Amino acid sequence: MTTAIDIRSVVKTFGEFTALHGVSLDIADNAFFTLLGPSGCGKTTLLRLIAGFEAVTAGEIRLFGEDIARLEPNRRPVNTVFQHYALFPHMSVIDNVAFGLKMQGLDLSGRRARAGKMLEMVHLSAFADRLPSQLSGGQQQRVALARALAPAPKVLLLDEPLSALDLKLRQAMRVELKQLQEDTGITFIFVTHDQEEALTMSDRIAVMSAGQVQQIGTAQEIYEAPSNRFVADFIGETNLLEVDVHQVHEGRATLTLPGGHRLSCPSALVAPGRHSLSIRPERVTISDSAELSAADLSATVERVVYLGSDLQVLTRLADDTAFTIRLQNAARTEVPSPGAQIGLHLEEGAARLLAD
Amino acid sequence: MAGGDDSWRPLAPRLLIPTWVVIGLFSLLPVILMAVYSFLTKEFRGGVIWDFTLAAYDQFFIDRGLFGDEPARLEWTYINIFGRSLLQAAICTALCLVVGFPTAWFIATRPARTRAVWLFLITIPYWVNLLIRTVSLKFLIRDNGPLNEALMSIGLTSGPLPLVNTNLAVQLGLFYSYLPFMVLPIYAAVERYNFALSEAAADLYASRWTTLREIVLPVVKPGIIAGCILVFVPALGAFLAPDLLGGAKTFMIGSLIEEQFKGSQGNWPFGAAVSMILLTLVLIALIFYARTAAREGAR
Repeated sequence: MTTAIDIRSVVKTFGEFTALHGVSLDIADNAFFTLLGPSGCGKTTLLRLIAGFEAVTAGEIRLFGEDIARLEPNRRPVNTVFQHYALFPHMSVIDNVAFGLKMQGLDLSGRRARAGKMLEMVHLSAFADRLPSQLSGGQQQRVALARALAPAPKVLLLDEPLSALDLKLRQAMRVELKQLQEDTGITFIFVTHDQEEALTMSDRIAVMSAGQVQQIGTAQEIYEAPSNRFVADFIGETNLLEVDVHQVHEGRATLTLPGGHRLSCPSALVAPGRHSLSIRPERVTISDSAELSAADLSATVERVVYLGSDLQVLTRLADDTAFTIRLQNAARTEVPSPGAQIGLHLEEGAARLLAD
Repeated sequence: MAGGDDSWRPLAPRLLIPTWVVIGLFSLLPVILMAVYSFLTKEFRGGVIWDFTLAAYDQFFIDRGLFGDEPARLEWTYINIFGRSLLQAAICTALCLVVGFPTAWFIATRPARTRAVWLFLITIPYWVNLLIRTVSLKFLIRDNGPLNEALMSIGLTSGPLPLVNTNLAVQLGLFYSYLPFMVLPIYAAVERYNFALSEAAADLYASRWTTLREIVLPVVKPGIIAGCILVFVPALGAFLAPDLLGGAKTFMIGSLIEEQFKGSQGNWPFGAAVSMILLTLVLIALIFYARTAAREGAR
């Protein structure tokens, strides 16, 4: 597997403020790679460093082995899809798409042909002679994609390109983007704060926070095995409980929940002491308190939130800790009513101890 | 707006009355007056006699010799003055553009807080009356003025440079008078410019120079054109700078017109005719521009 982009201990400061604290990343060729994190985490800064719009303070950025960290943006074989598209307002759609080709010195007929093919790819052939202002947001988005892909970059950078679209369009574009990445074989680096976007499209995800990479992995790894409290909390919904770990033996930890309930769960990572325990709401099943077994937690239902395909049950544990459960809204789901005492059954693997 | 109160709508035409009054009184009426006056006969102590004649236009275009008895030839005196004025105004516009664009760019790319300060600095000199500023300029560049004395004291020149009463001095005066009219509209355009467009161009392999030529200039073009019109039109009709800084050989249309209405030497119909010719020229230029712009827009 070839490495497309190799980022080594990249530091970026703006005056007193440090946006990136020594970030290192390997991005494989022909991958859909996502930088995911809340606003201000440094993900866009990292993308702008790769594109060359900002200069690194320290560190290396290698593109297929060549250090590009100090090249001007117009000398880097990467192209960008901007958050608000940044289409040239005075040029027709086809001229926008052909701009990069023109700069590369392709002749008029050559760039017309290539730009036409790109527009065909994003289903906009009929709009070639329009101005960007005459297109809808979704169409502008696709022009921006075609424009960035036309010069056949080695890596395509996408800066929250779907954030300005409405929900339906955003969902359709996710599939389209992933398809496009697979068809072109170009490495996509996608920046987003939307975890659903990240989970649905990415081959690999780097979760960032406060200028640092918190975890890198596939969607499944990041969701199922978050490496720390931040990742567990940021990706999806979770219940984070402060627990006391008594002992770790043969890959299993024995611990006590805040209410005194004892539990055993797999963990090879942590040492005895105080830790966070993450329990995903959908990994918990409920039962009547009458059928409570020794392994179950007891809780009081506070409120049931109807979410369409799901039901969210907000409960309190015996020690008053808030605890959320998600149930599928299936035909035979028995909906608990507020005030009811229920038992919570944790599936094997539902609880995960976090290192910090 | 949907659901808004529409009861004012029948009043709308009447609400426009003040606008029409202002345009009529201060734009249309003066132009009509001037057009009418240009066809009247001059009264010797200024003013007009209500006898319709083409004498004023005849005086402008046709030379019949000193006593008016020679065969009619084309009169070059005033056409030359027009030519000089057009040239001076064009040079002034070009200079203002070359200096004004980088200035406007510089101001527009400062942090929002300091932008206001820079704009303030640009406009400060214009709180002083134009006449006073032009006279001061004359003092600065006259033979024993500070500029010449400085040049001589550092040994760059042996005698004073004759600057006053030259086309150069007039140009300097025009340039200085109208520079802000170039800076401000371009500033407004650059301030609205989306710098992501420059990043996008660089991202697509355009050099800085290409980005300026292919992206920045076309996008801020409305500001540049507004600035050019705001400089060219008044510079064409300017009379303070040519009057105070120039001499007989640097005479411009503005001074020519001004003289016709000054004291008892004047010739009101001739002044009105020259104004009409100037107005016609400017209108033709603007219409030509508007049609080119419309054709480009339709493309």
